[in-house]
Amino acid sequence: MKTKKSRLITQVVTYGILILLFVILTIMINNKSISRTLKGQLIPICSWVVMAVSLNLVVGISGELSLGHAGFMGIGAFTGIIVSGWLLNGFQMEDPTLRLVLAILAGGIIAGIAGALIGIPVLRLRGDYLAIVTLAFGEIIKNVMNCVYVSVDGQTLNWGFLDGNLPGTLLLNGPMGAVKVKTIATFTAGFILVMFSLIVVLNLINSRSGRAIMAARDNRIAAESMGINITKYKMMAFVTASVLAGMAGALYGLSMATLLPTKFSFNESINVLVFVVLGGIGNIPGSIVSATALTILPEKLRFLQNYRMLAYAILLILVMLLSNNPMVKMLVRRIFHRRGDDESGEEMRA
Amino acid sequence: MVFLSNLVNGISLGSIYAIIALGYTMVYGIAKMLNFAHGDVIMVGAYIVFCAAQYWNLPPVVCILLAMLVCTVLGITIEKLAYKPLRQATGLAVLITAIGMSYLLQNTALLIWGANPKVFPSLFALDTIRLFDGQLSIKPETLITIAANIVIMTALTLFISKTKTGKAMRCVSEDRGAAELMGINVNRTISVTFAIGSALAAIAGFLLCSSYPMLMPTTGSMPGIKAFTAAVFGGIGSIPGAMLGGVLLGLIEIFGKAYISTELGDAIVFAVLIIVLLVRPTGLLGKPVREKV
Repeated sequence: MKTKKSRLITQVVTYGILILLFVILTIMINNKSISRTLKGQLIPICSWVVMAVSLNLVVGISGELSLGHAGFMGIGAFTGIIVSGWLLNGFQMEDPTLRLVLAILAGGIIAGIAGALIGIPVLRLRGDYLAIVTLAFGEIIKNVMNCVYVSVDGQTLNWGFLDGNLPGTLLLNGPMGAVKVKTIATFTAGFILVMFSLIVVLNLINSRSGRAIMAARDNRIAAESMGINITKYKMMAFVTASVLAGMAGALYGLSMATLLPTKFSFNESINVLVFVVLGGIGNIPGSIVSATALTILPEKLRFLQNYRMLAYAILLILVMLLSNNPMVKMLVRRIFHRRGDDESGEEMRA
Repeated sequence: MVFLSNLVNGISLGSIYAIIALGYTMVYGIAKMLNFAHGDVIMVGAYIVFCAAQYWNLPPVVCILLAMLVCTVLGITIEKLAYKPLRQATGLAVLITAIGMSYLLQNTALLIWGANPKVFPSLFALDTIRLFDGQLSIKPETLITIAANIVIMTALTLFISKTKTGKAMRCVSEDRGAAELMGINVNRTISVTFAIGSALAAIAGFLLCSSYPMLMPTTGSMPGIKAFTAAVFGGIGSIPGAMLGGVLLGLIEIFGKAYISTELGDAIVFAVLIIVLLVRPTGLLGKPVREKV
């Protein structure tokens, strides 16, 4: 167990580094000394970081394997796009910041409701069965979004299922996804969202509820016999993560001019899971680092041209093999000679 | 008549899912891992058949045998290189490695065969069967798929229940530690499982592309996910369960597309899976897991 003091230091360092990075990047953007590709990636990086942090809450802290996290992101993205378009076309709300905030909030709320609806039946299942059901939900969400048409006519929203003949401006166009989205997301908003999700997740982990969630993960039966309501705490983690994923989705959706429903497929859920596992399961700062690095890495590997994704796959396998190799593990432990702290962490995870 | 033709098509698609699901379910039962690269082994198998038939003009049977051989070697290699070093690691680490393997196979295929879809040649020189004055037409592929499924299921059930290796496989799946103490070579058993699963994947790839003749590096992923669903549906780890789950899933998909909505076919399949799991949390034929305190 980490002491209260060391936990506080980790948190302060994490927040400090993030704020420092944000300031440096903002200065660089203003100086125009940042490359175009990196600048374009800043908002997506923020959304993927939030996705990774929220999935880590489910996979790492709550110990449930979820393979449909991108579905919640999709719900948030399309809700955000609808809300933003509705406010702009129906209510002539020109202020992009206010629209963005409302869109992100709406994305979070709707994704949270979906998370609660899915969580109630799903969290009864265990292990791999839970994984497959979340996978199925992700696919259903993607498939249904493929069939939804939404248009705004005056102040009314028109909904169509498999039917695109709607009056007014079309916001969602079935399989074509969202078209002509006004990109109102900003890097500052993304940064605030990252900080917000960090504060939510870290405070949850270090609260009484967070300890209950981890107790349920480490030993279900023991936790249950201590009077912990397992379903309640698993739900708490799951719904919080869906809300954050929805918010990340709204941010992401409003940073792209067009967005296809197929974007939020199983592959994206897996990508986020890769961020979480490579960053360290249950390690929140690790998720931030790996989500950032792994979003930039494929772009940086562009010089490899067609071999880019191949190199990514090989790197992924090698990292997994090396990080689980007992020799390497021992070597790392010898280099970072920190007894106590590390070893108890190892045992906890085992 | 439409109903009958849907029924036959559903069973045929279901048979393909069942054969793929066998690979998932056997590996899961014995190595306790979700082998996400399985769907891509199917794709490799289909490409081998395609090359053998199109470029080298080999007879169909030789094409399939060659694909089975290549996939078997591939499956064993993947297991030895990527999964075996992770025997003691957490389930998630193995899962991510399997996903990495899946990317690796897809992108290697992309480099070798390109992104453009290949039209899979028809290897059966048989005519379409017409019944009821031509109202019901059944393609030879459909019948061969169903027949192949029955043969494979019977052979595999016999193998698992009668042979010594099969017995070893059942032991390892029951309790790996105890099996090792009884002198069973666990590593060899796991390799054999991967070999059988991959050989079946090659057959499944061939059958899949015979019925749906579009071949791309991503061809295997969706059938892979669906077959995995089928394995869970029937109760993962159970061979009759994979058969039942696969066929039911195929039927649900075809009937859902025909009578409810074409666009929502996949959503219907997954919705049924969720309902089944809520009623029977370990699948249709899965054994309930007893909790030890």
